[in-house]
Amino acid sequence: MADGGLPVIARFEVRHRNYLAPDGSINRPLPAFASDTDLLTALYRAMMLLRNFDRKAVALQRTGRLGTYAVSLGQEAVSVGVASAMREEDVLLPSYRDNGALIWRGVKLEEILLFWGGDERGNHFSGPVRDFPFCVPVGSQAPHAAGVAYAFKLRKQPRVAVCMFGDGATSKGDVYEAMNFAGVHKLPVVFVATNNQWAISVPLRLQTGCETLAQKAIAAGFIGEQVDGSDVVAMRAAAEDAIAAARDGRGPRFIEAVTYRLGDHTTSDDALRYRSADEVQARWKEEPITRLRSYLVGQKMWSKAQEEQLAAECHERVEAAVERYLATEPRRPETMFDHLYAELPETYAAQRRELAGEGDA
Amino acid sequence: MPEMTLVEAVNLALARAMEDDPDVVVLGEDVGINGGVFRATVGLQTRFGPERVLDTPLAELLISGLCVGMAAQGLKPVGEIQFMGFLYPCIDQLVNHASRIRNRTQGRLTCPMVLRTPHGAGIRAPEHHSESTEAMLAHIPGLRVVIPSSPERAYGLLLAAIRDPDPVVFLEPTRIYRAAKGEVEDDGEALPLDVAFVLRKGRDVTLISWGGMLKETMAAADALAADGIAAEVIDLATLKPYDEITVLGSVAKTGRCVIVHEATRTGGFGAEIAALIAERALTSLLAPVARVTGYDTIIPMARLEHHMMPSVDRIVTAARQACQFS
Ligand SMILES: Cc1ncc(C[n+]2csc(CCOP(=O)(O)OP(=O)(O)O)c2C)c(N)n1
Repeated sequence: MADGGLPVIARFEVRHRNYLAPDGSINRPLPAFASDTDLLTALYRAMMLLRNFDRKAVALQRTGRLGTYAVSLGQEAVSVGVASAMREEDVLLPSYRDNGALIWRGVKLEEILLFWGGDERGNHFSGPVRDFPFCVPVGSQAPHAAGVAYAFKLRKQPRVAVCMFGDGATSKGDVYEAMNFAGVHKLPVVFVATNNQWAISVPLRLQTGCETLAQKAIAAGFIGEQVDGSDVVAMRAAAEDAIAAARDGRGPRFIEAVTYRLGDHTTSDDALRYRSADEVQARWKEEPITRLRSYLVGQKMWSKAQEEQLAAECHERVEAAVERYLATEPRRPETMFDHLYAELPETYAAQRRELAGEGDA
Repeated sequence: MPEMTLVEAVNLALARAMEDDPDVVVLGEDVGINGGVFRATVGLQTRFGPERVLDTPLAELLISGLCVGMAAQGLKPVGEIQFMGFLYPCIDQLVNHASRIRNRTQGRLTCPMVLRTPHGAGIRAPEHHSESTEAMLAHIPGLRVVIPSSPERAYGLLLAAIRDPDPVVFLEPTRIYRAAKGEVEDDGEALPLDVAFVLRKGRDVTLISWGGMLKETMAAADALAADGIAAEVIDLATLKPYDEITVLGSVAKTGRCVIVHEATRTGGFGAEIAALIAERALTSLLAPVARVTGYDTIIPMARLEHHMMPSVDRIVTAARQACQFS
């Protein structure tokens, strides 16, 4: 034998979680929360709102009223499912594509528009005060999450940090460094990798030689689970389990949410340069919103009338937010110095006065 | 008052800060039982426990990123990077997160962290252990860059850095960690940040330096005094934001200025000071502003490193030339 009959000293496994099939039928008994019609329809409503919001945001960008924007099309179940399992006092550390999670946590639509419209006031949002803003340098929020979770542990608070990033981010040392540390200290943190198959134009198979991203948790000493990220019931259930484990002191978890980015990477990307329309078309059959709707309708939990009413509600909410966004008074130029330091050093105060047109003597 | 070394003063300040404030957490590689490779954290883990004095995995980006997360949660983390040559993985966190989280969230989240690291050459250390790239850090908006030059200032400035509500990089001059001795009272009194210290008054020429290089600069001032030249010596202490008023006031008085730093010349912090003087004090100048700096090369290993660092002679020569210029 090539291995000289050496004994196996460790074996690891990675599980995959899915409840709803793409046609809305169920593959295995649903978790308890799924009998709560209000909750399931709330998840549905949140995903619909996000999709409507995305559509409007793209339209605003195309007409020059918003900057570059990253849509969640096809992956709405991930951020909505995860955020719905969090408590208010937990801390969310989102990537730039997690609008759905922010909205669920109470960030106003106009605040998100302000952010993508290039105004920092969007980050002073109405969500939980300790939540982090969107993180643009990919994966660099993972060490923050470990730090946040360490603070919870030190202060013996039953709170959990939830850190979200993409498949591309899992290639960065930042993410491994954070997971490794979280494993050492059994920190109350949940890492969620949204595996949407693409990091801009780079497909997963060029991102990693691993069979799953979930197995990356094994090297850090905790459980990694692969979840059908287009099944919001699975996402919610996996996040609930992971967050509960973290809260009880059972240490970190890693969730690989396997889904698909149906849209372009951002409004400045053209995905047809690197993937075929056929590939995308095929993936539309798996998308999360139709899937949940089919289930809800099949269970008589959702009606055509409700659907129509929801469409009108979403439209109204988004339009009203856009109005408030567009009506926001511009910031005065000198405010770029505000909140630079707790107290602005005099040297820079002079520059601030210069911007304010208050010319220095 | 007890006499102690600079590194002992750092230790004393850390202990005092941890004693006074349960939110202060010390973290880094080998900071626990080993007390840090320079012993700056010695005894802290025994006293404050492994939860508040934690040995991190060997990952510098992580150390700085953890600090950001902890600080945004209201802790006051003090991270240690073993040598400045290993600080570079932290730059991402310093530039993209620590320095700007207050501004980008409009004050919703803040980052009261300190990142400490040894600074500079002269201890015959291996490659990558002798860096002095403070100018790179001083270029980052929203950051504070502080560097003490004596045990007394190490104690007072480190306390100030830890209490400061914004992120501070605290550079500790390795060469004088043990060579500098002084009396330090553990009174919990911080020294002001953003303020330069005038170490010696003089009317003929202004010598500006920071950190370890003040040793040579002060020696040069002595040598010049023997020649009848009265040099004013300024310890800049905080490089970002720096005390322009003290610099300009001194140059207005002496009309001559020599800036001394061991970092390489091009784009060094001396260039910033020279530019400030050119913009704001040109008419009081009696001679060109001079820089005595490290050369624009990789810091050599032990056998040549002392040739890289400004010597007392180079400083004296530059100051004399400035005084003779007419
Ligand atoms: C550190 C870093 N490098 C490069 C970029 C530019 N960039 C923005 S998004 C992206 C792809 C990220 O892919 P992934 O992590 O899978 O997330 P997704 O966009 O698919 O949600 C890249 C390379 C960045 N933002 N940060």
